[in-house]
Amino acid sequence: MSEYNNKDLAAFKDVWVFCEQRQGNLMPTDFELISEARRLADELGCKLYGLLLGGEGIGAKAKELAGFGADGIIVCEHPLLETYTTDGYTKVIVDTVKERKPEVVLFGATNIGRDLGPRCAARLHTGLCADCTHLDVDVPGYQQFLRGASTLDEARIGGLDTALVMGQKHDVSHDLKMTRPAFGGHLMATIICPRFRPAMATVRPGVMKKAPFDEAKANAAEIIKENVVLAESDFETKVLSVEKAAKKLVDLVGAEYIVSVGRGIAKDVDLGIKLGQQLADELHGVLGGSRVVIDSGWLSADHQVGQTGKTVHPKVYVALGISGAIQHKAGMQDSEMIIAVNTNPSAPMFEIADYGIVGDLFKVTPMLIEAIREIKANK
Amino acid sequence: MKIIVCVKQVPDTSGKVAVKPDGTLDRASMLTIINPDDVNAVEAALALKDEYGCKTVVVTMGPPPAEKMLRTIMAMGIDEGILISGREFGGSDTYATSQIIAAGLVHLGIDDDDIIICGRQAIDGDTAQVGPQIAEKLGIPQISYAGDIKKEGNTITVKRMLEDGYMMIQMKTPCLITCVKELNQPRYMSTYGIFEAYQKPLAVYDYNTLKDEPLIDPETIGLQGSPTNILVSFTPPLKGAGTILEGADMNTCKTLAKILDDKHIIR
Repeated sequence: MSEYNNKDLAAFKDVWVFCEQRQGNLMPTDFELISEARRLADELGCKLYGLLLGGEGIGAKAKELAGFGADGIIVCEHPLLETYTTDGYTKVIVDTVKERKPEVVLFGATNIGRDLGPRCAARLHTGLCADCTHLDVDVPGYQQFLRGASTLDEARIGGLDTALVMGQKHDVSHDLKMTRPAFGGHLMATIICPRFRPAMATVRPGVMKKAPFDEAKANAAEIIKENVVLAESDFETKVLSVEKAAKKLVDLVGAEYIVSVGRGIAKDVDLGIKLGQQLADELHGVLGGSRVVIDSGWLSADHQVGQTGKTVHPKVYVALGISGAIQHKAGMQDSEMIIAVNTNPSAPMFEIADYGIVGDLFKVTPMLIEAIREIKANK
Repeated sequence: MKIIVCVKQVPDTSGKVAVKPDGTLDRASMLTIINPDDVNAVEAALALKDEYGCKTVVVTMGPPPAEKMLRTIMAMGIDEGILISGREFGGSDTYATSQIIAAGLVHLGIDDDDIIICGRQAIDGDTAQVGPQIAEKLGIPQISYAGDIKKEGNTITVKRMLEDGYMMIQMKTPCLITCVKELNQPRYMSTYGIFEAYQKPLAVYDYNTLKDEPLIDPETIGLQGSPTNILVSFTPPLKGAGTILEGADMNTCKTLAKILDDKHIIR
């Protein structure tokens, strides 16, 4: 292994996606990130690899990943990698990065990705951008994104092909531009990692669109079996057990239709939840809730939409009695259609709603359910 | 044995978030609070103190006014405060921040039976990176997203929350834990606690205090030591106003249902 120098930018190439698995099952973020990273690799003019760590036999999952657009999958198989551990995974990833020198490494911003990414970045002495919602390399493409997604003026956008780095003008055309929300989405920032490689990011689940699975790509992928050096003595943590939540959790991130309830249900919580669930059922969707609903114990945490909960982008998002705090909006404002029902005409939710009804959810929801049933009956 | 809690003072984003015309946050016009997850970290430390009678220390990095926040936390029952503050530390990203805080902890001295507790993430940046990166810089194990903490001698068992369940993980001290809000219900300050807080020791670590620590050098701290740079920050445009359907009656609901049907949403 040649000497590892994280400032020798030219020595690094290719985009990697860390592919997380739990109990041998791939995570949705793996497919989302490989799909999105294909574009980044094309913009950089390099190859895209998935990095898959797991126990013996995990390599069998490689093609399933590659079909979403990877040129190859680097497989690290070892009995000690079967279950995620911070120390084991960090060691193997850092060793592999030092050996093969990727330019970009992406992780899903899951509880595991956000445990692992910081540890790897700190050990590699490089930058990590947390919980990104948009990624670019190509400057014109990035500028086009800003024209739609920001209030920046054209002169400012035009000047973003360079940045001031350590007092020097720096050309950003080969840097990964990592955009993320802060302060509950009120402010966005684009982060670069101009002086060190690899540039690393965790990417918010549910934001990047999954590409169609391509059988030919899956079969053409290069499968690289990495030689994993790992011993019990590398571990300072010990996993005693992994427990799945007993109750089936609601899958908000993958849902196409979501009906969420908020503080407005307070005067009759049981009825409010029942009506929300009924409307969700009519739309073949799932029930969500705002922070107050979860904090008050009215719905379990897996129902939470928003900054501290899930980010969703369903086809339709119905907000019943949700005023629309910025933390909530941050988790659902990219829904294709937003419908708001609220007694308060100045509720912030109406500012982003496509359709709004000013009224009591306890009166409006049953009528809406009835109207939908009527249409179904006439089909 | 001592418990060290790392906390951050953050702008209160539950109210109005003020943004300056240049797209940066107008921090001066916003109230500051203790980062919510960090309050759970403080409670976790106090619970261990209640059980073992050990010393507790709260550490923050920030501008001099953050001292007030430390006093508030000491009024909850934490024994000592450390404010890491210096112009040289300004502009640090998560990497450089972790480096500096880790240096501060080394300066304080970490014993074999110590536990460091952080909140999961701060509501201003929402990165969740500083806790794990402090652990890495100190070369100690971490367990993040703690929903339960048990201590038996030097063995710490943590319930680590996942999106779809949890893991039970064990490690030995010294170690670092980041905790989620489900971990506990934080206590309030007591009247006596507020009075007492101003008698408790509070140390300020500036650049001169820490400059001889191996973790501190110009390459690793402040703006210069930060691997990441902000290319630009900006505010998203407001989405165009939608349609308010007049009248909360059956006709309105039928109109809305028709719109949904026209868009092939009703199946």
